[in-house]
Amino acid sequence: MTGETTGTVQKKKSIREISPIDVYKLLPRTNCQECRESNCMAFATRLVNGELTIHNCPPIFADEYAAARSDLEFLLAPPVRAVTFGTGAHTCTIGGKYVLQRHEFTYHNPTAVAIDVDDLMPEEDLQERVRKIAEFTYHYIGRTLSLNAVAIRSVSGDPKVFAATVRTVAGATGLPLILCTTNPVVMEAGLAEAKDRRPLMYAATEKNWKSMADLALAYHAPLVVHAGGDPALLRSLVKTLKACGITDMVLDPGTLAENGLSETIHTFTAIRASACRDLDELFGYPLLGVPLAVWIGEEISMDVLKWRETITASMLMSRYADLLIMHSLDGWVLLPQLIWRFSLYTDPRKPVSVEAGIRTFGNPGRNSPVLITTNYALTFFTVESDIKTAGLDCYLIVVDTGGLSVESAVAGRYFSAESIVKALKETDATQLVDHKTLVIPGLAARLSGETEEASGWRILVGPKDSSGLSQYLRERWPPKPA
Amino acid sequence: MAHRKNKEPARNGGNDILKIAPQLLELLKGVRQVELEDFSMEIGDLDLFIPSSGIPAMQGSSVMRQAAPQKPDVLLRELYEPRAVSYPGSVREVVLGATKASGGSRGKTVTIGGATTPAYADILIPPKNPPAISLDVFDMNISLPRVLREHIADVMDDPAEWARMNVKKFGADIITIHLMSTDPLFRDASPRDAARTVEEILQAVDVPLIIGGCGDPKKDAAVFAEVAAMAAGERLLLNSVTLDMAEAKTLGTVAAAARDHGHVLLAFTGLELNNAKELNRRLYEFIPPEQIVMDLTTVALGYGLEYSFTIHERARYAALMGDTELAHPVISAATNAWAAREAWMVMAPEYGPRELRGPVWETLNALTLLLAGIDLFMMMHPASVLTLKDVIHRLGTRNNRAGTGPVGDWVGARIS
Repeated sequence: MTGETTGTVQKKKSIREISPIDVYKLLPRTNCQECRESNCMAFATRLVNGELTIHNCPPIFADEYAAARSDLEFLLAPPVRAVTFGTGAHTCTIGGKYVLQRHEFTYHNPTAVAIDVDDLMPEEDLQERVRKIAEFTYHYIGRTLSLNAVAIRSVSGDPKVFAATVRTVAGATGLPLILCTTNPVVMEAGLAEAKDRRPLMYAATEKNWKSMADLALAYHAPLVVHAGGDPALLRSLVKTLKACGITDMVLDPGTLAENGLSETIHTFTAIRASACRDLDELFGYPLLGVPLAVWIGEEISMDVLKWRETITASMLMSRYADLLIMHSLDGWVLLPQLIWRFSLYTDPRKPVSVEAGIRTFGNPGRNSPVLITTNYALTFFTVESDIKTAGLDCYLIVVDTGGLSVESAVAGRYFSAESIVKALKETDATQLVDHKTLVIPGLAARLSGETEEASGWRILVGPKDSSGLSQYLRERWPPKPA
Repeated sequence: MAHRKNKEPARNGGNDILKIAPQLLELLKGVRQVELEDFSMEIGDLDLFIPSSGIPAMQGSSVMRQAAPQKPDVLLRELYEPRAVSYPGSVREVVLGATKASGGSRGKTVTIGGATTPAYADILIPPKNPPAISLDVFDMNISLPRVLREHIADVMDDPAEWARMNVKKFGADIITIHLMSTDPLFRDASPRDAARTVEEILQAVDVPLIIGGCGDPKKDAAVFAEVAAMAAGERLLLNSVTLDMAEAKTLGTVAAAARDHGHVLLAFTGLELNNAKELNRRLYEFIPPEQIVMDLTTVALGYGLEYSFTIHERARYAALMGDTELAHPVISAATNAWAAREAWMVMAPEYGPRELRGPVWETLNALTLLLAGIDLFMMMHPASVLTLKDVIHRLGTRNNRAGTGPVGDWVGARIS
């Protein structure tokens, strides 16, 4: 794939059109099992499903397979290029998208969230802000969600000031850096301070593209291409920069909130649709959204600006942004972004439910509590995570509610006295403990009477939210005799 | 049909913002009294963890590096022609409420549906009918997060007054009355009592109504049948009919009542399109498809919103590709967002006050599904309603950048 195409690609197939056979034909076909699959066909299937990568097949990197490997890489390359910035443990890969809508396949490379600092901040404030960015985390169903990068803005316009700021930030954090200035002289000063960090450069524009191209090549840094509100110019810049030999680009079509929100959302959508559906090469790069842009302009209450930033960020994440630059460091602004990102990038091909049955946590004894919940994946993972975090020793019965949460399952009669009795029997709960007391979710409180009658077990109504389990059991377990 | 038009020219931006901002501030006030109660979540190690992807970058390494090409001296001009995509199918339009002229007593009706493209995919094709917003009213005192309760504390015991306030103060297009008191496991109020409540609301406001049942397939059928007869001709949306009703053999009763008295049915299924299609097929035996709206289930952000998002994207795409069994407008209970603990729980100070987290959760839940094609939202928090209305208006209008500076100004801006 060279630079001279105009947007149509011969032979390139969408991931949905590639069959395992297409892939199999390009593999060594020795069934060597180095990939731990039983044979090359099984490996091909998992490769097409995006579960394994070509790197799981060491033999194909031998010289004799070079041509086949190259064909395979072309075949499997996503229509939206994956671009990496930063180095080491914090390396950030964005883009690498195969499809427009998540259900067509699955999304890869979760949207990176960068927070800005600027070169006029006093050193102390700068250090403090960088520390906060690095430390912002949230524990969510067993995962740690966090921010991904620091965007350093040149507000001074002074190369020396910018360089000093880049030096300070680079020294303070291993997070990937985004150097933001449209002045090539300032950019070079910054790049010189972050040579070994593979920072993302923001940005090449209609005015500065020649100098920025030279810098990107000299420093091996990926480059954001900016053309605010002008998709034709964006394509022109990409085509030109490709011709300059630049391969790693990120697209900034411009982010506007409020009056420009409609244009922004529609432009992001059109660009990604064009890349994924029409395989338009010039739009086949990760998209940068800048919710921070809401902070420019009128003087208005901080809370309202943060409110605007959070809705802009969230909508852009749903509408294909691969990287976001934000300003607010407030938890209520960032938390929903990180949770939505985690959710949006889960694999939609995985089932909504977990297996029913009984789970054991810690080292439960004959008098440990028996809890019950539904088999909706998110419900189960939340309860599981709360039990583990609290270090509880207990049994948890998981009822098959067809993958419905407690509230919906109670309303829909999937979580009922009947289904609880059935689950108690099937899991042989009476064999595990010496008591007959079951803790049901608080949201299923209305079932307590009928369940007690139907099961012969004593029913305790637990907390409405499993975050309260630890305290609940501390206060209520073992239960006082009825 | 009186309905908000999306074709009116966009109003001057500055004024718009000034109109919105003070209201939003007002609604968010009280937020400053951040609670600093101890919080129950453990902030464990602060090690950074970058969520990794399944597929590492496949570029670079072995892609043949070409000899440095001749660098261009001038910009290589490319064109951009947005490609208009047309679809073979479209979503049906459903009219909610009926005016005097058409056999009801509503002052205005609301038409939902009619999509011919995925939501906000083509700036030249705004939604045929902008998504509408219904605000909730409950017929008995229920437990609500404090931040929701404070806006309605004065009217919670008076559904009619509550409905009036939702329309006058918060701009509801539609009112949903949840007949919780009919639940056999709560108060087991009679269908006649329920019908009386609905009658009061019909007299209190002149917008269309959604009638929410208690979820018991037998009781709901009795209540809906009674309400349907009492409010004949009003084109209520009965929320909801389910496959459970089919099993309990009450589906026919409700569907026939809706047909005979001129109402609309909300077909509820749990994140499963085959079930949604099956339920619709059963309803087609009783009622014209123009009297069916679908609820495919709305889950809270953090608790499975992605399932709702994707099921709606799939349903809408299938409908546009010609699957008529899914070509119905869709509704979302954005209020389900409040089931997320992050919406109501007191958390460590770095996550901000719940007075903000709550409305943000409801707002983002709704906005996310707005992008997946929702035609009608059931909501509660006034700030969320205000924001949704604002965004729906903006997304439905053509580009109007007046009043905004050049794009990309943010790089060198001084920001507090």
